[in-house]
Amino acid sequence: MRTAFINELILQARLRPEIFLVVGDLGFSVIEPFAEEFPDRYLNAGVAEQNMTGVAAGLASEGYHVFTYSIANFPTLRCFEQIRNDVAHHRLPVTVVSVGAGFAYGNLGYSHHAVQDIGILRTLPEMTILSPADPGEARESTRWLAEHPCPSYLRLGKAGEPELHQTRGLAQGPLKILEGKSDCALVATGSILKVALSAAHQMAERGVFISVFSCPWLQPVAAEFFRPLARFQRLVVVEEHLAAGGLASLLREHLSIQIHSLAVPPKALALVGSQEFLRRQAGMDMEGVVAAIRRILR
Amino acid sequence: MNSDSDTQQLARQIRAEAVKMVAAARASHIGGAFSMADLLAVLYGEILRVKPGQPDWPERDRFILSKGHSCTGVYATLALRGFFPLAELQTYGQDGSRLMSHISHRVPGVEFSTGSLGHGLPFGCGKALAAKRQKKNWRVFAMLSDGELDEGSNWEAILFAPQHRLDNLVAIVDYNKIQSLGSVKDVLDLHPLAEKFRAFNWAVREIDGHDHAAISTALKALPFESGKPGCLIAHTVKGKGVDFMENKLLWHYRTPNAEQVKNALGQLGCAS
Repeated sequence: MRTAFINELILQARLRPEIFLVVGDLGFSVIEPFAEEFPDRYLNAGVAEQNMTGVAAGLASEGYHVFTYSIANFPTLRCFEQIRNDVAHHRLPVTVVSVGAGFAYGNLGYSHHAVQDIGILRTLPEMTILSPADPGEARESTRWLAEHPCPSYLRLGKAGEPELHQTRGLAQGPLKILEGKSDCALVATGSILKVALSAAHQMAERGVFISVFSCPWLQPVAAEFFRPLARFQRLVVVEEHLAAGGLASLLREHLSIQIHSLAVPPKALALVGSQEFLRRQAGMDMEGVVAAIRRILR
Repeated sequence: MNSDSDTQQLARQIRAEAVKMVAAARASHIGGAFSMADLLAVLYGEILRVKPGQPDWPERDRFILSKGHSCTGVYATLALRGFFPLAELQTYGQDGSRLMSHISHRVPGVEFSTGSLGHGLPFGCGKALAAKRQKKNWRVFAMLSDGELDEGSNWEAILFAPQHRLDNLVAIVDYNKIQSLGSVKDVLDLHPLAEKFRAFNWAVREIDGHDHAAISTALKALPFESGKPGCLIAHTVKGKGVDFMENKLLWHYRTPNAEQVKNALGQLGCAS
């Protein structure tokens, strides 16, 4: 996803002289092509995220659309007040980009688990929040943001995620990836969509056809944004994030149907391991999602 | 404004308007507004290239008040210089006013809202970097308090500015030696402050922050050194200009009563 992001950013930067990339001393083997092509619109701010974000706001106040880039919680939580006061309050075009959503950096430990970011950033109503599931969604997200400079957060996975679908139009509503027959639908945000799709296919083999939606667009949402989901009796929401403030929480704010949340349980927070291991421990691997759906449909 | 007496008069008027605002709003922070009043008078009287009738003039110098709690001084200065009507100062701190008790970018002439400390210098670095990248000649002036240098974000910016040779940026430290709960020396001592900035590769000048000629001479010499950001350490007195407020921690918080306002205005030569 990070490669899809940087490649799209380079394409957009060729069209838009206002695009500026600021990195927090991270992005090895990712950001170099941008830095080489646009040396005047690139900056390594060092390991100093508060200053990085303040600098980005200052640059943005002078006409740039700044993308700050780092990993895990560093460009979000470490400098949350700079995002709140300098970027959001002044409505400056700064896009905060974080690589490593959820357990993507699972082996690196709790410091690198980005499982509270959506909930926390969603408390800033000025922020547009995008959480793509695959390289295609990452490209579309990056393009949309380049075309609509605004205070924003782009939550990326890591590298090597497969392309999951070709559905576009993420700003219009949840993306329907799989059409089912059941009155229950699966909704996911981020790369865990792949698990949701696998679970739906597994259910289909048992004769239960579940619709699957991807929801890369998390904020802002108008009243009718989630209407495509309102026709279902119940939703199972899968997200690599704590329940607090995440996608299920967001959907409950807008829909009055039954919403079952498959989010990271607090007991999974102390664990370290691969993304697959941590998802399994959190009950969010394919078997966990299938079991949850069967329980709910019973 | 060219003569020393004009900036002296402006400084007295800034203090007078500030004390009236703080009293009317039953607000705080008059001490820190007074300590930087002379700096503001010289900046807005002689140094800053700004157009009061065109606050967003693209070629203007950018002034950032990082010690946002001292906004009465800046609001008074901007109104006195014609950025908005002087009468609007009476709305300071009132319900619905755009003159909030921490500086707001919704006020004409204000670049940036602050209130949480340690935000102004990083933002100023971003602006100064933009000017460099866009080959613009305008400059960035960031006014910092001494107490806010406790914030780590400032030291990130203090590392950053010399790295990127931001000699179009000057950090002015209103070094009045008193912070929120005590003297700077007793809370987190900054001494030796000039040496700290020098060690981070800033070009540093130290002046008496109430000596208009010294302030003017220093700021007219910007950049202090080509390729280095400037740091002007202004040794000031909290509450300067009104004897019963000078060097008193109390006046970080206290609202002057009617009698004290009258006394202050008398001392400032602005008795109504």
